[in-house]
Formats: sequence, C-alpha cells, structure tokens
Amino acid sequence: MHPAVSIILFTTLSGMGFGLLAFLGVGIPRVEGWVAAVFFAIGFALAGGGLLFSSLHLGHPERALKAFTQWRTSWLSREAWASVATLGVVGVFAAALVVFGVRIAPLGWLGAAGCIATVYVTSMIYASLRSVPRWHHWSTSALFLAYSASGGALLAGQRWPAVAVLVVTGVGQFLAWRAGDARYAACGSTVGSATGLGHLGRVRLFEPPHTGDSYLTREMVFVVARKHARKLRSIALLLAVVLPVGLLLLPAFHHLGAAVAVLSHLAGVLCVRWLFFAEAEHVVGLYYGRRPA
Amino acid sequence: MTALPETTERKLGLVIDLDTCVGCHACVIACKGWNTENYGAPLADADAYGADPVGAFLNRVHSFEVEPDSGPAQLFHMPKSCLHCEDAPCVTVCPTGASFKRVEDGIVLVNESDCIGCGLCAWACPYGAREMDPVEKVMKKCTLCVDRIYNENLPEEDREPACVRTCPAGARHFGDLGDPDSAVSQLVEARGGVDLMPEQGTKPVNKYLPPRPRDADIDVLAPYLEPVDAQPKGFLGWLDRALERI
Ligand code: SF4
Ligand code: SF4
Repeated sequence: MHPAVSIILFTTLSGMGFGLLAFLGVGIPRVEGWVAAVFFAIGFALAGGGLLFSSLHLGHPERALKAFTQWRTSWLSREAWASVATLGVVGVFAAALVVFGVRIAPLGWLGAAGCIATVYVTSMIYASLRSVPRWHHWSTSALFLAYSASGGALLAGQRWPAVAVLVVTGVGQFLAWRAGDARYAACGSTVGSATGLGHLGRVRLFEPPHTGDSYLTREMVFVVARKHARKLRSIALLLAVVLPVGLLLLPAFHHLGAAVAVLSHLAGVLCVRWLFFAEAEHVVGLYYGRRPA
Repeated sequence: MTALPETTERKLGLVIDLDTCVGCHACVIACKGWNTENYGAPLADADAYGADPVGAFLNRVHSFEVEPDSGPAQLFHMPKSCLHCEDAPCVTVCPTGASFKRVEDGIVLVNESDCIGCGLCAWACPYGAREMDPVEKVMKKCTLCVDRIYNENLPEEDREPACVRTCPAGARHFGDLGDPDSAVSQLVEARGGVDLMPEQGTKPVNKYLPPRPRDADIDVLAPYLEPVDAQPKGFLGWLDRALERI
C-alpha cells in the first residue's frame, strides 16, 4: 500500500496522544494546575492534530461530517465517533481539573477507556481488510495498542512502566513481522485464483491493462525493496524501542534523557508505520504481476 | 446505507467469456465514453498529453499467459470491472453511506455527492474495481450502466451495459444471475463459470467462463494435413539424396 504521509502522521501522533490522555485520565501522573494544563495540551495536540492530518487524506474534507453516519458497519465511521466522543469526555475532565481543581475520577476512567477504544477502532480500519493479508490479523490491533501505551507511558514520564511496555512492544513487533511475512501465502489468493485460470497451468501476467500508472498501481501496488525493508525494520526497532529503553535504564535519568527517548520513539514509530503501509501487499497486485513473497 | 441487503430481488451482472475475448479493449473505450458523457462525474484524465498520464477507468483488460505442464503457452485476455459482489466489502467499510448495494437488482453504486473520497472502499475491494477520479476526487466504479439498462429513451437493443453492447466478439453477456433460467445462468451452468478469488469471501455476482479445452484434442482435420511428400520421388528425390551425400 502507498505509505501516505497524512495517514502515517495520523496513526502515529494520535496513537501517542491517546496513550498520554489515557494515562492522565487514570491519574498517572497525578498532576494539577499548570502542569496538568501542559500535559493535557500535549495530549490534545497530538490526538487532535493526528485527526486533522487524517482529514488531509480525504478528497472532500468539507463533507467529513457525513462520516459519522455509518457506524453500524464501518470502522472508519466508528473511529470518527470514538475519537470525538473521547476527546469530549477527556476535555471535560481536563477542564474541571485545570480550571476548577476538581478531579472527577469516574470521568477520567471513562476517558481512558475511550482512548483505548479509539486506538483499537483505528487499528480495525486496517485489520478488517481481508484484501490486505498482512493486516488482516489481531496482532495489528495489539500492536497499535502497544505502541500507543509505549508512547503514552514515555510522555507521561513513567519510567518503569515505559520500560516494560516498550520491551513487550518490541518483542511483539518482531514476532508480528515474522508472522506477517507468511500471511499472504497462507491467505490462498494466487494469480491462479485471481484469474480463474490456475487449473490450466502456470499463470503469468503477459501484458498489463495500461502502460502508465493508474490510481490502483499508485495506491495499492506499492513495492518496497526487500533488503531495504529489512534494514528499516532494524532501524525502526532501534529508534522506537532499544534507544528509549537504554536511556530509561541510565542510572542518572533526567529530563533531557526523557525528551530524547520520546523523540527517538516518535521517529521509530514513524518508521514502523511507514513499513506498516509500504510492506502491506494488496491482493490486487496479483492482477499486476506481483506475487505473494 | 452501507449495511448489505440480506438478499436482492435480482442479481444483475456480467458473464465474461475468457475463451472468446480477443483483447481488443473496445469495452474499455465504450465504458469510458458512456460514463464520461452520462451519469455522474466524468471519468477524468490527468496530464493526458504529458509525461505521466493517469485516468479513471471502470473496466480494464489484463492479458495473461498460461503455460501448461506440456504443450505451448496460451494467451487469455481478461476484462475486469466491478463484480457486484453479494458480500461486498467495499460497501460495509464506507463511512458515509455513499457506497451501497441496491435491493432491487443487486447493483453496487456510489452516491457521489455523499462520497468524501477517503479511498477505503478501493482498499477493501480485492479486485481493484474502484478508482478515485483524479479531478472530482470521488470514487468511481462500474454502475452496470444503470442509466442504460432501464432507459426507455434508448432503443430496446441498447438497454444493456455499453461494454456488452460494443463487444465485437460477443465475449460479454448481461443478465440476471439470480434467476436460474436466465440465459446468463444457463451459460454459466453449461460452461462451468467461476468466481474470481472465491477465497476472499466476496461472493461475486459476475462470472468468468474458463477457456474450453480446445487445444488439448488434435484437430479433426489433422489426418488430412499429414505431409504427403514424406518420401520425395523424381527431381525432389534426387535433390534430397544429392544433398544428403554432400
Ligand atoms: S468487485 Fe469490488 S467494488 Fe465491486 S462489489 Fe465487489 S468488492 Fe465492491
Ligand atoms: S471513497 Fe467514498 S464511497 Fe469509498 S468508502 Fe470513502 S466515502 Fe465511501
């Protein structure tokens, strides 16, 4: 799939933002006053900013409100509801806390649950697509939640929880990459089934339907060189997990280290998300001479 | 409404004969022409005369080579457009309700004034049947020429999809695949029509007729085509022997 900058930024930033807001909702850290205002501002900027980036991806952003209508079937519509409702609940909680100094704990818990639900719903936009075998698995949702928790813990300044979640995320990502590499072959779609000619012999694309590019080839038949993908995976894990964990484990841990850890994690997750899209093979590639790896 | 109907009254669709299609792309052009001049946003081209032209089409013809275990390879041309799936994943993912499947005839359509151009439906379709218009930024797809098949202003014989009407080889057939007695259903039955990518669970309405096993049998005329001059005599025979000796 084409790794569009708008969706990479959207999933990365909003994931981190909702992660932080979830921590703040349950009172970790137990901040008040100006400190709380700054924390919440970062959370809202990331979560809301991410959502704004996602609207850049639309052909007709002026009609975006229509996306609230089909929540019964569409994960994208549910994502619109979940994010707006969650930002609303957390917004009320934050306002009461910052302006009036009242902590409405149940509202905070509800907001935190909403944050988790929103990240899950976002992940299901991708995980529900059978046409992209690499995404069509529960591990897609698990990893979206794990990255959100990692980013949230780092931003919330929770040293040991962050170390724990980062390690789990790193191991999970490694395993998910390995399992994902085999999923296309296991889904059963081949150029033989795509053409209905498989029973006759070996099927090969002889001539594509058009000599230039099309929306389909640009959007869904994106190819990333295998050896580059391998290298990028290592770089992504290094930045997203290894470096932050290393910084957190330094005996003299201070704010600068934490800031570098957050930035490194952010860069790493951006790499991970780029790969998430770039490495995802759509079965329509079978009609364009691409085979399961 | 993007919930799929339980059942549809009819299942209008196409039957495409891979044995007959000659790969002339006439259906591609007829489709582009009709759907540019009629219902909905015109199918635009961008940078049409430039270095990197791109345009929206609702029907495209791919060509595949099949190499059997023994014998020569064969070439097949495969026109592909929306298969108007019964379990259309493109419809259920749509957040706005712009994509829908009609109860009365099963046609899958996009209401262009509701479409936000998110592109998710094109991702959900395993067949690549949906393309975003490069100018209007709304999703385009085969309408089964819904503005022809019910159009009383057209002569009777033109009330079928433009691709079917234009195909010079008779490789495309249109009809109700929900009615077992319809001509298209009978054709699918007789020729063993298949679904594309059945494992994707979309239950496509359109069917593809596999090629007949023609080249496996030796032609009935073959005995009459045996070489008659296996043992040349006369001048040819002398030449043959003379060349042999050199
Ligand atoms: S072929 Fe694609 S666009 Fe057409 S109904 Fe099926 S899934 Fe939807
Ligand atoms: S591109 Fe349009 S029709 Fe397709 S899912 Fe988005 S809103 Fe629906």
